[in-house]
Amino acid sequence: MSENLPVLQVVVPLLLAPIAALVRRPLLSWLVAMAAAIWAFGASLGLLSRVLAEGTISYHLGAWAPPWGIEYRVDALNAFVLVIVSAIAAVVMPYAKSSVEREVASDRVSLFYTALILCMTGLLGIAITGDVFNVFVFLEISSLSAYALIALGPDRRALTSSYQYLIMGSVGATFIVIGIGLMYSMTGTLNMADLAQRLPLVAGTRTIPVAFAFLAVGISLKLALFPLHLWLPNAYAYAPSAVTAFIASTATKVAVYLLLRFFFTIFGPAFSFDVMQLDRILMPLALVAIVTMSISAIYQVNVKRLLAYSSVAQIGYMVLGISLVSVFGLAAGILHLFNHALIKGSLFMAMGCVMYSVGSVRLDDMAGLGKSMPFTMAAFVLGGLSLIGVPLTVGFISKWYLVQAALEQGLWPVAVLVLMGSLLAVVYVWKVVEVAYFRTPPEGRTVGEAPLSLLIPTWVLVLANLYFGIDAKLTAGVAIEAARMLLGVAS
Amino acid sequence: MRLLGYFNYWIVVVLMMVGFYTMISRGNLVKKLVGLSVFQTSVMILYISLGKIFGGTAPILLEGQEHVIYTNPIPSVLILTAIVVGVATLAVGLALVVRINEAYGTIEEDEIHQQDDVM
Repeated sequence: MSENLPVLQVVVPLLLAPIAALVRRPLLSWLVAMAAAIWAFGASLGLLSRVLAEGTISYHLGAWAPPWGIEYRVDALNAFVLVIVSAIAAVVMPYAKSSVEREVASDRVSLFYTALILCMTGLLGIAITGDVFNVFVFLEISSLSAYALIALGPDRRALTSSYQYLIMGSVGATFIVIGIGLMYSMTGTLNMADLAQRLPLVAGTRTIPVAFAFLAVGISLKLALFPLHLWLPNAYAYAPSAVTAFIASTATKVAVYLLLRFFFTIFGPAFSFDVMQLDRILMPLALVAIVTMSISAIYQVNVKRLLAYSSVAQIGYMVLGISLVSVFGLAAGILHLFNHALIKGSLFMAMGCVMYSVGSVRLDDMAGLGKSMPFTMAAFVLGGLSLIGVPLTVGFISKWYLVQAALEQGLWPVAVLVLMGSLLAVVYVWKVVEVAYFRTPPEGRTVGEAPLSLLIPTWVLVLANLYFGIDAKLTAGVAIEAARMLLGVAS
Repeated sequence: MRLLGYFNYWIVVVLMMVGFYTMISRGNLVKKLVGLSVFQTSVMILYISLGKIFGGTAPILLEGQEHVIYTNPIPSVLILTAIVVGVATLAVGLALVVRINEAYGTIEEDEIHQQDDVM
């Protein structure tokens, strides 16, 4: 059992997905989805503790030795990503029940949970696999189910934003396939570890830089790196609340993981950053994303859309950390993966509570909510403080590492821009706080607090924001170990 | 002669750009999906061309035929998966277009934007 844990991590949810569709009753499908999420969370914790104790796990599917068979390879980095995805799923599933009842037609609920389990499975699969073509297959499993989930949103604009995401996401995925095909044509292998050994021998050819370019653009599309982020704001704004909370805190994170895996593990930092100089493209784009997207967020009137723009800016922070190509910078990027999942998860879940009680997340409709929904708005404020990066929250930890990493290389303008991003975050978070706390509610509106089934998961994430903001030993330790491993520096 | 030797790859490039351009330039949602499909098809040809060896045959081991050249089957197998994915993507996309048509009464991108701006 425990030696088969890597494959069971993915296979159990994959098998539970059709069961959720077959039982048809909303409550039963929800229970199946809960089981899948809890299983995935437990399995990923088991894998992480094993990796930290014993080092990298290599699992051979069907006992076919790599590079012929498919290998699942778990190290500190992807064990961490697996924990992020499954932890968010385990928190979002209990939340989804009431939220989905209100936002999704009852005859579609069981299919909704099926798609949600599949989406989680796909993301877990991308993180765990050691085979590049497998990455593509899981990428499409997660993307196709995400398109379906987004289209289930209550607003009809959910349909057009899902369509837009489908077009751009498919282009991104196809670019990744082209890159993989070109790498295969030069090396004859699809196994990541094997590719990493064989690629340097053919790095001088023209094919490998082309493969590199296709992969860079394809992955950037998936992670919504500015200016390839156009699909993201609408998709997040109009999807059902539970879906937004889940996808916003996992899907782009897994794409960032792919970026790390392809450009550090497979191509190697020497080729990616010394020969191809990817950092020279990533860093300016990340900085532009941080500044312009934070400014765009300020002008939004739909709070979910506001948070979506802020997500694009936050992805900028992660990519910025990566583009510094130092242990500290990478650790900051990886830490922010985890921290941003907590931050945006809690913020979007608070917005889901508002959606549940008020039926809208437009700023005008949120006037005076601080009084009528005190717990929801308190969660939003704490999440917002974390987003800004106030000490004692996780946001502070990531910014601290990021600024330190920038200063370590003498890049003080970068540090200034990071802090400027924080100031802009103050502005857009304050906009919501002001409306909720200092504006009088419209006459005759009776809005109650969201039910406990929504509030408890939201607060679990908010408290996690505070806990990991005070005691960052575990997360920072894993992040630094993962960063050392990616750069090939001995610890 | 060398250029002709790359015939398959020229086709790939042309198809890819035709599909990509269709996706960008057309406002009709179904035409965009057709473009996406052409775009994905070009990748299928790329993969299959990569595995093909002149004079190579299907990789089946027969007795007394030890020195036969085989075409690499792995790219073909991989692209079989990609074809399935492509079909699924197209199906989801068309289903979305049907629902967009029900919700908006049109599948022209600019008319949809107009309707949303009025709201």
